Amino acid sequence: MLEVRGLSRRFGGVRAVRGIDLDVPAGAIVALIGPNGAGKTTSFAAIAGFVRPDSGSVRLDGTDIIGWPPERIALAGMVRTFQITQPFAGLTVAENIRIGAFLRESHRNAATRLARELGTELGLGAWLDRPAAALTVAGRKRLELARALAARPRLLLLDEVMAGLTPTEVNETVALVRGVRGRGATILLTEHVMQAVTALADRVYVMAEGAMIAQGTPREIAVDQRVVEAYLGKGAAARIADG
Amino acid sequence: MALLMPALVGGLLTGGVYALVALGLTLIYGVLHIVNFAHGSLLMMAMFGAWLLAAKFGLDPLVALPLLAAIMFAVGWALYRFVIGRVAHGDDRAILLATLGVAVVLDNLALVLFTGDTRTIETPYALQMIQAGPLLIPLAKLIAFACALLLAGALWAFLALTDTGRAIRAVAREPEGAALVGIRPDRIFALAYGIGIACLGAAACLLLPSFYVSPQVGGVFVLVAFTVVVLGGMGSFPGAVVGGLLVGITENLGGLYLGEDLGPICVPLLFIAVLLVRPTGLFGSVR
Amino acid sequence: MTRGLWIALATLALLPFASHSQFVANLAMLTAISAALGQAWNIAGGFGGLTSFGHVAFFGLGAYADAILQTRYGFTPWLGLPAAALLGGGVGWLMGLATFRAGLRGSYFALVTLAFAEAFRILANSIGITGGGSGILVKLHTSAGNFQFADRRAGYAAALALLALATFAARRLAVGRFGAYLMAVRENEDAARALGVRAVRVKSAALALSGALTALGGVLYVQSYLYIDPPTAFSVERSVEMLLVAMIGGAGTVAGPLLGALAVHAIADTTRSLVATPGVAPMLYGVVLLLIIGFLPGGIARFVTRPAHA
Repeated sequence: MLEVRGLSRRFGGVRAVRGIDLDVPAGAIVALIGPNGAGKTTSFAAIAGFVRPDSGSVRLDGTDIIGWPPERIALAGMVRTFQITQPFAGLTVAENIRIGAFLRESHRNAATRLARELGTELGLGAWLDRPAAALTVAGRKRLELARALAARPRLLLLDEVMAGLTPTEVNETVALVRGVRGRGATILLTEHVMQAVTALADRVYVMAEGAMIAQGTPREIAVDQRVVEAYLGKGAAARIADG
Repeated sequence: MALLMPALVGGLLTGGVYALVALGLTLIYGVLHIVNFAHGSLLMMAMFGAWLLAAKFGLDPLVALPLLAAIMFAVGWALYRFVIGRVAHGDDRAILLATLGVAVVLDNLALVLFTGDTRTIETPYALQMIQAGPLLIPLAKLIAFACALLLAGALWAFLALTDTGRAIRAVAREPEGAALVGIRPDRIFALAYGIGIACLGAAACLLLPSFYVSPQVGGVFVLVAFTVVVLGGMGSFPGAVVGGLLVGITENLGGLYLGEDLGPICVPLLFIAVLLVRPTGLFGSVR
Repeated sequence: MTRGLWIALATLALLPFASHSQFVANLAMLTAISAALGQAWNIAGGFGGLTSFGHVAFFGLGAYADAILQTRYGFTPWLGLPAAALLGGGVGWLMGLATFRAGLRGSYFALVTLAFAEAFRILANSIGITGGGSGILVKLHTSAGNFQFADRRAGYAAALALLALATFAARRLAVGRFGAYLMAVRENEDAARALGVRAVRVKSAALALSGALTALGGVLYVQSYLYIDPPTAFSVERSVEMLLVAMIGGAGTVAGPLLGALAVHAIADTTRSLVATPGVAPMLYGVVLLLIIGFLPGGIARFVTRPAHA
């Protein structure tokens, strides 16, 4: 469904992303991991149209979407969340989610209903009529997810939606993301919480210093010497294997 | 050609004073990151100050310059400390609207205090001309130009060489970092705003001998000042000087080729064109 | 609470028809025009966060469109209404596309609108079709077909109609999809775009709608005063008044501009009856604006209606 080839982007003298390849087959959950500064967020931004890559191609269902503005990419069915949450601070939580719902549901009552249902489902029920600015960090993460889900994406890009959540909340979110896939969406996610990656991903890509250094199933990645040594450090392999 | 040279020189001379007006604006933007819409109105107030000192106390504007610059510094400092800084809560739109509110208050205060009449002053040198080759240069404008560039240089030296100047530049670049080494950003903000407005006190004294003042004058200058700053690059010091000279020349050439009525359109059109085509201006860095 | 407010406002709006005083009707008309213009500003500046300092550009364009069509080409002034709306809307759309594509926001947008208004003023002052600095005088000939009324109450009715139209538009924004998108872009443009909102188009459309309504205000002005010249058509003061009415009443709320217009006219008329010196009333608006920004960012609407967020 998503096919990335030779994607590169530099900022000044820094080569943030160095010719990465990535495939996300329809119906899969693919994780992109790597240490801070590995270039995951820049890759995400380039795929979703927020940063223009210097070279490379991004194909969505075979169509090259390089140079498309983010809104056109969203309309084509690929919706992203932001690692640093970006709520519409002055609007209520329900209104926030409704913006996403309006993408596929132009009637306002239907969009409102969908937004409230989704919000409740994601545990934001008590917050629906309060301003988004009042949410906690965990609440904002859920709002990011709810807004993106409301847009009914075919391909969902999740940028560290688990960061800052408690273990219980991580488990809930993992279940939720599985549910999303169950409804037919394809998912590409970046994550630091390894437990979530192992639990969710069919395939894992590993980035370090802008380059793709490994790929495979979570289990393969866990024992991949390059990954363990070059990136994850001692003991990490065991952590992943434990789940 | 016979008309072109005087227009160029005249524009250059006026541009020197525009540069001084714009230096204040660009300093305020560079340090506080606020768009000071009250700039024109504060210049108007300063010009009324210069007019009062000249008409009521017989003080020549050039003599009154240091005094008025000091007064305007105090006005600017207090305005930031007690009004703009208080009201705005650091929100960009609130700051812009607060400076608009200040402009509205000042423009109408001037109308109440001085009525809508246009005022000028007479100086012994107002009508004197200096012969430079084929050109006749008005002495008042030449003095204004020289003083404006001198003051611009002095301001640059102050920012570059003194401890206070260095503290201001530190806050402009890294407010948090400056706070860590013991500089109080809020004090620097009020200080920088005061200095920016002090420039207007000086500019007013240089403008008045060859210009007029009325409560509407602020509106005339605010767009000119922003055009200069945007053309030069928001926050850029050399940009303000070069931009000032260019805008002065543009204005005069516009008057020459498009006529007295249509000529003034050059300034707003230049402003729009710069913002649409190259918002960073000539010397601005990419944000 | 909100319902009560609307009933009170509607009743207040109808009261001047009961009076035979032309003075009262005139006052009511001016207040209604202020409210309508404030509401038009509010659509872009309040709901869209597009702080314009030069909205009078649309007012002036509408006024000149109406005046030129009837005096130069002999069209009925009623044609001035659609013509002005088209012109104001078209210019708003193009201005939006140009500025938003260039990425101008916030203060830069405010200044660029001011520059547009100033450019239009200078243009109107120097070209032939607008009559240059001497302006355009519309011949006095009161009749309904001529869109001129001897009774000020008819002029007031026209102003109320525009106000109702603008308020209806604002109401649609407050509840519908387009308005939701507009507010989303105001709050966070990147997040809105990530959810498929065409930000440039949404903002340009808001500016076009706002510009069209503002231009209609210009038509009403010409039909009431039968004269227009560049300083009146493109005065900075009117731009500021539109902004003040919306900000004081409550930017981004439907009732705000109505409350703001009442407040501004109450200040103006009370002050004028106490002090004759010009400038005192506008100076007070400036002070009120500062107080509102500092202490009541939601405007008067925050007092009167229930806050949207408990």
